[in-house]
Amino acid sequence: MSSVQTFDYAPGALPAAQGSTSEGPTSELPDDPLHGELLRLSMGPQHPATHGVLRVVVELDGETIQSCEPMVGFLHRGKEKSCESLGWAKFFPHTDRLDYVQPLMNNVGYALALETLAGIAVPERGQVVRVLLMEVSRIAAHLIYLGTTAIDLGAVSMFFATFKERENIYSILDAYTGHRMNNTYVRIGGVYCDVDENVERALSEWLGRFPACIDEYEKFLTGNRIWYDRNRGVGVITREQALAWSLSGPNLRGSGMDWDLRKRSPYSGYESYEFEIPVGTVGDAYDRYLVRIEEMRQSVKIAQQALARLAATRGAEVLAEDRRYVLPPKAKVHSSMEELIFQFKVVTDLCLPRGEAYHAIESSKGELGFYVASDGTSKPLRCHIRAPGLQNVQAIPLVAQGRLFSDMVAIIGSLDFVMGEVDR
Amino acid sequence: MPELPLWLVWVIKAAVIYGALLSVAGLMSLAERKVSAWMQYRIGPNRVGPFGLLQPLADGVKFMFKEELVPAGANPFLFRIAPALAALPAMLAVAVIPFAGEIELFGQRTTLSVTDLPISSLYVLAVGGLGIYGIILGGWSSNSKYSLLGSLRASAQMVSYELSLILSILAVVALSGSLDLRVIADAQQADAALWNIARAPLAFLLFVVCMFAETNRHPFDFAESEPELVGGFHTEYSAMRFALFFLGEYCAMTVMSCLATVLFLAGGAIPFWPDAPWWAELASFLVKMSAFLFLYLWVRWTLPRFRFDQLMRLGWKVLLPLALFNLFATAALMAAGVL
Repeated sequence: MSSVQTFDYAPGALPAAQGSTSEGPTSELPDDPLHGELLRLSMGPQHPATHGVLRVVVELDGETIQSCEPMVGFLHRGKEKSCESLGWAKFFPHTDRLDYVQPLMNNVGYALALETLAGIAVPERGQVVRVLLMEVSRIAAHLIYLGTTAIDLGAVSMFFATFKERENIYSILDAYTGHRMNNTYVRIGGVYCDVDENVERALSEWLGRFPACIDEYEKFLTGNRIWYDRNRGVGVITREQALAWSLSGPNLRGSGMDWDLRKRSPYSGYESYEFEIPVGTVGDAYDRYLVRIEEMRQSVKIAQQALARLAATRGAEVLAEDRRYVLPPKAKVHSSMEELIFQFKVVTDLCLPRGEAYHAIESSKGELGFYVASDGTSKPLRCHIRAPGLQNVQAIPLVAQGRLFSDMVAIIGSLDFVMGEVDR
Repeated sequence: MPELPLWLVWVIKAAVIYGALLSVAGLMSLAERKVSAWMQYRIGPNRVGPFGLLQPLADGVKFMFKEELVPAGANPFLFRIAPALAALPAMLAVAVIPFAGEIELFGQRTTLSVTDLPISSLYVLAVGGLGIYGIILGGWSSNSKYSLLGSLRASAQMVSYELSLILSILAVVALSGSLDLRVIADAQQADAALWNIARAPLAFLLFVVCMFAETNRHPFDFAESEPELVGGFHTEYSAMRFALFFLGEYCAMTVMSCLATVLFLAGGAIPFWPDAPWWAELASFLVKMSAFLFLYLWVRWTLPRFRFDQLMRLGWKVLLPLALFNLFATAALMAAGVL
């Protein structure tokens, strides 16, 4: 996007330029001896509405936010450094713990970066399985967004309604990948293994049922006057601001930018699926809510197409046949000397060719990119994670300025980030 | 049955009614969890006693034995007395609620209420309005920013909604021509067409909305507002003092439900049964009251929460004009002889 450079929003200059957009009361009493004295409130890192360990230092004039500063790093675990010391393949379980509400998506993003560097082609069925799991993960992640945002705005039962369906997803993923969360199902060159038809049937049945659940959520919230009032006009990010602050994903699309990496630079065969990209008009919390609701519907569509392709390609390989990077089948390891050596080399000394690569996927939060650099040895030179959540957190002061304190929870909820990914 | 002096009968009556109020408040804490569980695909408490019925007792024991913390920098006297100030007014207000008509108790003819005042509706409002002091003082004395914000919200909210509440009651008072709750209930009789809910539906609607705001209940629970204020005025409270705030809240809900029953649903009157015995009236009263209590829970677990300025706008720009209009309309209709 070359247009990014044309806007000169220096991060420091923005609060003043943004001014007071609040409909609420602002103190206009110059005679008041206490006028101008602000209440400094440290929101978090232990706070029910900051979705993990975000700390936001807010300065309040009455109920109006005069300034706010998000502070990250409370969940910093040195993930990027872990990759450098662990080696390429052993970092997969760590990607699960980045944005821990969509582990499979992180797995795929990392695998795609490695495959780009090594030039490995994933077999078609492996790609279809990845797409299927990514879309199901997207639904699970959006369900978390919906439930937690609703609970922050007081609709507590909504949280249970969404978590009930998320639980169903996790049961299916348990049967599919062997784990509810932290699946580590994706490997370099494909996915760990194929699954039987029963799991696919369960998934297909759930996908058939889920759109009715979305309708139910919408009945709860979309037309609800209180929900509308709490979200409409709150946290407005214009298209230009969203680009200048390098927002991506639903936050960018909510601001009216038709940008989705699944369409713009397709990977894993997304170009061959039929789906639409929902785009907002105003860029407020309500638009972002509507965008995510529609994305869930589109994800169902994509997942159903993927399931149909799985039925068509039954029996095909899901993992590339490349002994440099991919473990040989266990049965062959027991009978063949060469395969045993390959297995030993892949486990202990997996080397990627010298060079660097960047691959980004459209995660539920936005552009999730992995930059990997290799010097040709088994130790990674550098692994950088471009986590969309960090940009989302940065946008909080942009929109919280001049709003009421209660809007803070709506803004934090609608920007949707997971601190595991922000702090890494 | 032995004959007892009148004062002793009154003491017995008061003890029974207050015991019942506290039991209802305790059961409400269970009902809150049960109803929310039913609405959220859960089971709710079911370990203590049949259907978890003894859960409130277990909670009470737990709260008694918890350590009580007074935060550093708090005003210890106000901090300790605030929960009592919050709980007491709601309990006092129940004294004038007429649960049923005359009964014969230990040889004395008496009414089934702690006392009968000719200005009982004023008394309920006056005493009920004091409940906010507990919340304001509790939040202020905690020396916590969240608590302070919560108590400030509570005081502003109280001012804006008490007015509409009083105006909606005033319409009812005008209809029955008395401030006495017993007279108001009796004036509606056993004919459902004469109930105030039918004669003054707008006043009923206003009363129900204000009743939620008055008791600081969802969707108007800004003083508490756990997502942003982490619990608001009671953030720093622990043990039994924390429980006292909730006891006060549930007692206030019960009293407001009783009040709604008396003002708009003719108290214990049963349609098509004009001379029902006192126990039938009492049962009918309790059923109507429970319906309002259920409404509290139903709304609590369904709707999102308002924002503070939206609540103020609703209170001053919608409810207050409507309440004034309702009062004048009622007066005009009465003057015209329609009501």
